[in-house]
Amino acid sequence: MYTFGPAEWQAIEVTLRLCLYTTIILLLLATPLAWWLAKGRSRGRDVVQAIVSLPLVLPPTVLGFYLLVVMGPRGIVGKTLEDLGLHHLAFSFEGILIASILYSMPFAVQPLTEAFSHLGRRPVEVASSLGAGALDRFRTVIFPLTRSGFVVAATLTFAHTMGEFGVILMLGGSIPGETRVLSVLIYDHAEAMNYEAAHSLSLMLLIFAFVTLLVVYSLTRRFQVVRL
Amino acid sequence: MPLFVKPGRLLVILTLLLLTTALHASDPVRIAAASDLRYALDDIVNLYREVRPDAAIEVIYGSSGKMTTQIINGAPYDIFFSADIAFPLQLKDKGLTTTEPVVYAIGRIVIWSNTLNAASLTLEDLTSDAIARIAIAQPAHAPYGLRAKEAMQSTGVWDAVQSKLVFGENIAHAAQMAESGAAQVGIIALSLAKFPELARHDHYLIDNALHNPLTQGYVVTRRGGNKPEALAFAGFMVTDKVHDIMTRYGFVIPE
Repeated sequence: MYTFGPAEWQAIEVTLRLCLYTTIILLLLATPLAWWLAKGRSRGRDVVQAIVSLPLVLPPTVLGFYLLVVMGPRGIVGKTLEDLGLHHLAFSFEGILIASILYSMPFAVQPLTEAFSHLGRRPVEVASSLGAGALDRFRTVIFPLTRSGFVVAATLTFAHTMGEFGVILMLGGSIPGETRVLSVLIYDHAEAMNYEAAHSLSLMLLIFAFVTLLVVYSLTRRFQVVRL
Repeated sequence: MPLFVKPGRLLVILTLLLLTTALHASDPVRIAAASDLRYALDDIVNLYREVRPDAAIEVIYGSSGKMTTQIINGAPYDIFFSADIAFPLQLKDKGLTTTEPVVYAIGRIVIWSNTLNAASLTLEDLTSDAIARIAIAQPAHAPYGLRAKEAMQSTGVWDAVQSKLVFGENIAHAAQMAESGAAQVGIIALSLAKFPELARHDHYLIDNALHNPLTQGYVVTRRGGNKPEALAFAGFMVTDKVHDIMTRYGFVIPE
């Protein structure tokens, strides 16, 4: 079996960093958004739901292309950054991090929205009638009851980010240590006809994806939401 | 509240660990190279490391056209090796270069096959029914693909083979499609056909009168001009040892 060299370890490190940061940031962003989608009553919910779910149906190259245009040195975001003396976001880790957050958003928002809607109104109403503040309500009532939703959201986001390819390639190029994630490295190895290396990495990702899904499915069965 | 203590702390430790790995200062020389240089440039970089073991050099391969677009869009490359000097000249016109674009080699295209004896094939044979798929690089942005198209147009077979063509994203991709057998035949770079994996099979050298020359040029980008190591590597390219490696891979060194 092919032994991993510095290129492989570097790609693993970049990929893990990307997945971890994406998952953390996305959970923070998705929780209030999912709450609003589950509980809110305004018509705007459908529009927001559609926008959030776009990455599920859009070809990754479309998202990658538009992000490249916007975040590159001539785009709205990129040019503003350059004018402020900062660096534009194309071909950088920060750039693909933002891309990952957008691309994996439906995988974080949808399980959370599901879990929050199943919660019903009573537990939260009871908690606030007993004097619990918002953060206390979340920590002691909402989160424990919707734990499975958070686990599914976190695991799917992590795994989905690990599998990202098209968006990262479009926006990030294949810069070692910055944007050369595992999926891009595998592509590179296959092109260079390093089939052994490509196979080892692919097998590793396949096993990882399978184990992740196994964990998700077994957990969703164990942590059944308690209905009052 | 066990859920908020152990996993939380673990997450913090994990995050700090990964953050520290992200902080190590590294600004290596990044070379964007046309895919036909895939093995030759690897050898050259290894040779360079013998002379300068501390040099941090990374090579990223792709099609010349795509890399030119990336450089125009801010890609962090310091040196650009193109399969067609027209691209570095384009960058020079846009003020994105430090040095003058210089020719480093003349390339050639060949017919190669994993299953058939390519040495006895000609471009006219490509129209035969025995050949179902022909792999070339994407002519729109890969110079070797464009030369393959020109050669096929010159011999009058371009129209006949249209339905059989499969396009690689760059010339190495095209070679990989031929090597895997997915395409019976590929029109690939001579430098790639000389790679041991592929050299096991014969190739047919396409007459260079049938296409525009593959004048391959390189340039240090505006970004790379700030890196002494990049300029040093660029200078290294014109030494005899490097010329030997290039010649070994079938490149013609201009006098």
